[in-house]
Amino acid sequence: MIQNLPWLFLLLPLVVAAIDWVCFSKRPCVAATLSLLSAAATFALCVAYLLGLETGTPGTYTWMPASVEQLNLHLGLVMDPLAMRMMLVVTGIGLLVHLFSLGYMKGDSSNLSRYFAGLSIFMFSMTCIVMASNLVMTFIGWEMVGFSSYLLIGHWFHKDSAADAAKKAFITNRVGDFGFLIGILLTLGIFGTMNFAEMGGKAAGIAPAMLTVTIICLFCGAVGKSAQFPLHVWLPDAMEGPTPVSALIHAATMVAAGVYMLVRLQVSMGTAAFTDTACMVIATVGAITAVLAAIIATQQDDIKRVLAYSTLSQLGYMVMAVGLLAGEAAMFHLYTHAWFKALLFLGAGAIIICCHHEQDIWKMGGLAKRMPLTVLCFLMGTFALIAIPGFSGFFSKEAILDAALAKCPVFFWVGAGVAALTTFYMVRLCIVAFLGRARDHWAEHAKEAGATMLLPLLVLAVMAIISGYGFIADWLVPFEGFHAHGFSVGLPFYVSMGALVIGLFLAVAIYGFGKRGNDPLAGNFISRALRNRLYIDTLYDKVLIGGIQEMFSHVVEFIDAACIRGLLAQGLAWITTRIGILLSWIQNGSLRSYTVAAGLGVVILVYILAFQL
Amino acid sequence: MIPLAHYLILSGILFSIGLAGVLIRKNIVVVFMCLEMMLSAANVALVAFSRAQGTQGIPVYDAQVLSLFITAIAAAEVAIGLALIVAMFRSRRSVESTALNTLKD
Repeated sequence: MIQNLPWLFLLLPLVVAAIDWVCFSKRPCVAATLSLLSAAATFALCVAYLLGLETGTPGTYTWMPASVEQLNLHLGLVMDPLAMRMMLVVTGIGLLVHLFSLGYMKGDSSNLSRYFAGLSIFMFSMTCIVMASNLVMTFIGWEMVGFSSYLLIGHWFHKDSAADAAKKAFITNRVGDFGFLIGILLTLGIFGTMNFAEMGGKAAGIAPAMLTVTIICLFCGAVGKSAQFPLHVWLPDAMEGPTPVSALIHAATMVAAGVYMLVRLQVSMGTAAFTDTACMVIATVGAITAVLAAIIATQQDDIKRVLAYSTLSQLGYMVMAVGLLAGEAAMFHLYTHAWFKALLFLGAGAIIICCHHEQDIWKMGGLAKRMPLTVLCFLMGTFALIAIPGFSGFFSKEAILDAALAKCPVFFWVGAGVAALTTFYMVRLCIVAFLGRARDHWAEHAKEAGATMLLPLLVLAVMAIISGYGFIADWLVPFEGFHAHGFSVGLPFYVSMGALVIGLFLAVAIYGFGKRGNDPLAGNFISRALRNRLYIDTLYDKVLIGGIQEMFSHVVEFIDAACIRGLLAQGLAWITTRIGILLSWIQNGSLRSYTVAAGLGVVILVYILAFQL
Repeated sequence: MIPLAHYLILSGILFSIGLAGVLIRKNIVVVFMCLEMMLSAANVALVAFSRAQGTQGIPVYDAQVLSLFITAIAAAEVAIGLALIVAMFRSRRSVESTALNTLKD
């Protein structure tokens, strides 16, 4: 029992990141080993706490003491089940992704020390969000994950698309963060505290309208970070980063931080704080994201983009569950989703590496024969995602659908529709990429991935199957009285089975036969719209960047050119020059004019003295 | 007895002519002479006052002594001034005041 041991969760990755960056920037092997060791150490620590081997509670530290107690910032760590079990996901998947990265980034010419330092700094920031004891620490972690995500998306910054995607992710997140910041200040205003531990039970005495505004402002942060509509545009582009990064940050952990934050608020403020209006907004945004992303995913060709839209869609599910006040279902889906989506992404990464960075599924084909283990693992992830009974995703999706049916049936039917779409696009992906004949030179010569890549895949595949069962889920999902496996065969079960069968049937009927040289659904205007992401990105480009920003830039240009350059800079220079020219007339070098001046001066002096002016 | 005013008028006229010469003439030698003339004007005024201040035909000698000092200093000044003018002529081949414009550049 060491009192302040939990601070290691935060400090270890931070110190390792600094050492990687400063000392070992030229020695990637050492840097990678250090990062891997720090991830392993935090994972071991996390397991020790979960098993109760270590129970020390950390002390708090007052940062920047203020004269008003309300404004004092007590940095502390929350060690409750919700946080610790989220930590298990973060450190566990983090460790596997570190391991996978060793294989994935081998032979990459970019600076690997920078990559692993980025991963470590991400582990630090994510821990900061998860274990934060107050909203300010959450916000610090929130910005830090944004920063590390920026670093890692832009890891191959010499590619324009990667650099643009990094910027897009960062800037889009900023939009949500403004709302979040306002929400935090509103929370301080109406609750009088930012500590999660002190918020409980205070919601009753506050005007509902005020609560609604506060919750929606805080939700803005989640909209940005969890890539909900309308700020979802950055996540598909973030796939420009290395695939392990996509698995860790843009599928399993960081994008789930928004959901985690909302659930944390629900737990600490109490569900009473979530007014009906706020809940409706949250659930609707989640539902829109789920539907939109699932529809777009059906016509994507890039294997990572299909998975990215699938992530969006599943995050929409979770947010919808939060909006339906089913935080436990949301967390449950977050847990299972983290494992199987990380598995899918790492599987995709292995496939991409073996096909020499080919990401187009139409250029793959026949991979089932050439890399059976990887494909098997990928299939386990797929089965979990499309909720085949017995796999983890099935239980969590049932939990959300149950909650939706109980609270608001509209969302139940939306969820069921999304489930059908999910099945459709995942089966499409698997059929096209894994079956048939290889349609490309690289796919023809693909071989099984190396051990450092296979090991994480196998571990994740096991987790994708078992993490939904009671003995794991009850242990993982930190809500009293919630039993993950306790679903009964009823309407939700039949509907989701129906959705599964419909999706499966359609996908097999359309893609199961024929030569699969290209998409039989492509070519019409719906497909074109879906391939162009329903023109949402184009709209933002045209309206926000082309329209508003362009207009604003004219205003700024006018102020800059006319006021600052014209009036201030050039105007001042003009006045000074004129005065200079005027005064230089005095010093003309003519002896006589000097004499006149001296004489006049004397006369004036005498005049003043004589007449006592 | 010639009244004080006449002396002072003479002194003023001398001073003005000297000042005008200093301002108008280009030739440094003439300017120099005009300066001397202004000193003389001052001397005339001093002596006139000395006489006017006196009682029973005996002047107050203070001012007269002062005018002697002025004459002596003017002599020294002439020596230095003429030397400067000669030096200037050597370096510039001119005794015109317009030639003294190096400071401007």
